[in-house]
Amino acid sequence: MDYKLVKNYLDEKAIKWSPMREGAGLGMAELGEEKKDMVMLGADTIESCRAHYFAEKFPERTIEVGVAEQNMIGVAAGLAYSGKVPYAVTYAPFLIGRAWEPIRTTIAYPNNHVILVSSHAGIATGSDGPTHQMTEDIALTRCLPNFTVICPCDYEQAKKAVKAAYDLKGPIYIRNAREATPVFTTPETPFEVGKAQVLREGKDLTAIGHGYMVYWLLQIAEELSAKGGSASGGKDSIDIEVINMHTVKPLDGETLLASVKKTGRVFTAEDHNIIGGLGSAVAEFLGENHPVPMKMHGVMDTFAESGSVKDLWMKYKLDKEGTKQKLLEFLNV
Amino acid sequence: MLNHKKIKELQLMANKIRQTIIEMLILAGAGHLAGPLGMADIFTALYFQVLKHDPKNPSWPKRDRLILSNGHICPVRYAAMYHAGYDITKDELKTFRKIGSRLEGHPNYLRMPALETSSGPLGEGLSEACGFAIAAKLDKKDEDYHIWCLTSDGEHDEGMTWEAVMLAAKYKLDNLTVIIDRNYIQIDGNTENVMPLDPLAEKYKSFNWNVLETDGHDFREIIDRLEESKANKGMPTVIIAHTTPGKGISFMENDYRWHGVPPGLGPEDKVPRPKQAEEALKELKAIEQKILNS
Repeated sequence: MDYKLVKNYLDEKAIKWSPMREGAGLGMAELGEEKKDMVMLGADTIESCRAHYFAEKFPERTIEVGVAEQNMIGVAAGLAYSGKVPYAVTYAPFLIGRAWEPIRTTIAYPNNHVILVSSHAGIATGSDGPTHQMTEDIALTRCLPNFTVICPCDYEQAKKAVKAAYDLKGPIYIRNAREATPVFTTPETPFEVGKAQVLREGKDLTAIGHGYMVYWLLQIAEELSAKGGSASGGKDSIDIEVINMHTVKPLDGETLLASVKKTGRVFTAEDHNIIGGLGSAVAEFLGENHPVPMKMHGVMDTFAESGSVKDLWMKYKLDKEGTKQKLLEFLNV
Repeated sequence: MLNHKKIKELQLMANKIRQTIIEMLILAGAGHLAGPLGMADIFTALYFQVLKHDPKNPSWPKRDRLILSNGHICPVRYAAMYHAGYDITKDELKTFRKIGSRLEGHPNYLRMPALETSSGPLGEGLSEACGFAIAAKLDKKDEDYHIWCLTSDGEHDEGMTWEAVMLAAKYKLDNLTVIIDRNYIQIDGNTENVMPLDPLAEKYKSFNWNVLETDGHDFREIIDRLEESKANKGMPTVIIAHTTPGKGISFMENDYRWHGVPPGLGPEDKVPRPKQAEEALKELKAIEQKILNS
């Protein structure tokens, strides 16, 4: 399939870097033009989450609740019960963490169509430190019945995700990082919730990620394929299949199964605790359906620390080099 | 002004609802008792006098929305809806809290949309009611229907309640009336021992709410306050309803130990457990006779 990625997207210096939150914010503002029943709720982080694009255009459909995430969720539920389509926006630790029980009771249990849009997911939040780096949000939403959990891979996909969520049913979580990350998909790249994207085909290993980790996986796949001379199939080269599992729930088991049946091993990568995230979801699925050797890469059940995103990536091995090292360890190369 | 005949009808209905609550809880072998009995008069005033609703058409767009925040008192709502003619049979009342029933231990909206919301965890209903009120205002339908939110005093321990109290004032939600069941009990004891809440009226006034109070068992006063709240403009209204938990049954009244137990499992210092259900119904029937003779 032609995913219409950015030309020469593997050259990270040549392509645009932009935050997913920016894409999500602009997506909401564009969607608001068309969807008059869309309402946006913010919790004193509207501009920081880039929801001000919507707020400036549609002040009457913007509800600022102040620093009160639980109330934001309850109000969103009341709006949804009344037929509105609410988008509740704030930082992931407070949106999903602080307000989890109201999310469970007022949104998930009655299956209300409320879209939760975060910023500050993962250690890619940076110097604010672990209180603001949310690495448990996928675990917390994935375990709730009725939920759809979407982790866009870049700015463009975040924009598409907030728009696609409008037409779905029930509760939806869209997970966005704060920091600028490579924008390697284009407005023309197809996007369907629940349908994983095999961005690169390969036969030796299935590498699955969400968020910006997908980009590193694509780069790693290219580097390793060329290492021993891909044309001759030199003994050091490895042919990696890269899957963008942007929807962690419902997991696209069909695509996953087809890939691991071909490759026989799987590597997952994510900016989230290794407990409860994409890796867990993949392990749960393959454990029941097609067990294969597996390595889960992510935040290793720890709290990170303050630091620049680049330094955090390096120390916690969530940059390209760290991820590549983990992947090679797994392959015992 | 309500005449004597109407008041008598309402008193008889509240009595019937109390009897139904006792019967439901006996069969369920579980459930909350003190709160539902204490709120039976308010529910009667709402469902049989004030509420704009059509029991035969519970999804009528112009119906008033009644949001029950303290979901555990749902037996009083189920009983009131049954007597008001909603699609609930006498047999279904017997399924309360049983597997497969629409009448779950706490309200389940998906099984019965006429309940408006699912609820139970305390402190959340007022936020939802604010969402309903804002939606009505966005649609310019705030003159078409009113939002009623029933809350308990105990759930004012929850910070989320006060987050919503601030928001309702900010957005001047005058299409919203909150009724607080001020019965001074919660599971662990008297509210003022567990977590002091008084002066409650002053708290709401300082949050820029219109504050009314009523005797929770005097129909004239209850209905006057409910109507008055609907007419109020520019700010949300709270009605602090002073109720007696366990109202109507002498050995349950004002005793927090009856908060979450059915007849037959309550404290035994006044009436032994095997006799509690029978005694409770006997007392309610005596009150019924007294109303009939009044």
